[in-house]
Amino acid sequence: MTTDTEALSCRELVELVTDYLEGALGTVDLARFEQHLAGCGKCSEYLVQLRETVRITGTLTLDDLTAEIEEALLQAFRDWRRR
Amino acid sequence: MEASGDSQLVAALRAGDEDAFRKVVREWHPALLRVARIFVPSRALAEDVVQETWLRVLGALDRFEGRSSLRTWVFRILVNTAKTRAQREGRTLPFSALQDPARVPEAAVDESRFLPDDHERFPGHWAAPPRRLPEERLLAAETREVIERAIEALPPAQRAVISLRDVEGWSSDEVCNALDLTEVNQRVLLHRARAHVRRALEEYLDPEAAA
Repeated sequence: MTTDTEALSCRELVELVTDYLEGALGTVDLARFEQHLAGCGKCSEYLVQLRETVRITGTLTLDDLTAEIEEALLQAFRDWRRR
Repeated sequence: MEASGDSQLVAALRAGDEDAFRKVVREWHPALLRVARIFVPSRALAEDVVQETWLRVLGALDRFEGRSSLRTWVFRILVNTAKTRAQREGRTLPFSALQDPARVPEAAVDESRFLPDDHERFPGHWAAPPRRLPEERLLAAETREVIERAIEALPPAQRAVISLRDVEGWSSDEVCNALDLTEVNQRVLLHRARAHVRRALEEYLDPEAAA
């Protein structure tokens, strides 16, 4: 489809990592990305760190509902039910 | 949340099932709050917006047609409520608060960690590469706190997107629908957010490499 086979640099690769993980790279960019990764342990390590980041983020639990707001909302719900 | 579980939930809410309501309020609150913060400048205002959103949701529940998931519908009401509130507060939103990807691009990794692009042998290659992080510390409570703080420190739109995608596990489609974002903008926000959080993780676990 194209003759653009110019290799990616590491600096360029790190900016494509999210597109790669999201499956959003086109055929040509995907090939360049994977080709670089296959020969570059440093970028592979970067990808490992990014995956770890996503994994740890997925273990967080956000909990910031105050008792006051919850009670106010439940009261609103009861009022609404009686409408 | 797909159609069948959703219609049960909608039926329960319409029937006045308080437990069902409490459950969704608890489950969605952190995400609602973070999305509201994209538009309003303080947590207190964001909490107001979330409360107003639920009142509107209840008021409109009988008219919910199930063309999107209930969750998406609630978040769309939140976004509208938050925008209206921001205007009322006299806050001039830029073209859209969600367009912050359009601003100056920010490198995922500090420039100084790469060789220059005109380096004769290895242009743009790592000068200070990332190293294997200590596995046994990755899931330690302190490490998770570092990540939590890094997310809190993000600009609001990035914080909302990473919270929905990576903490709450939403699909990119649902995030785009709920926040009315294009796929490209959503990916840019996620990219910046994850890169920032990775930096914080590396600075904490391998300060020497990150320096």
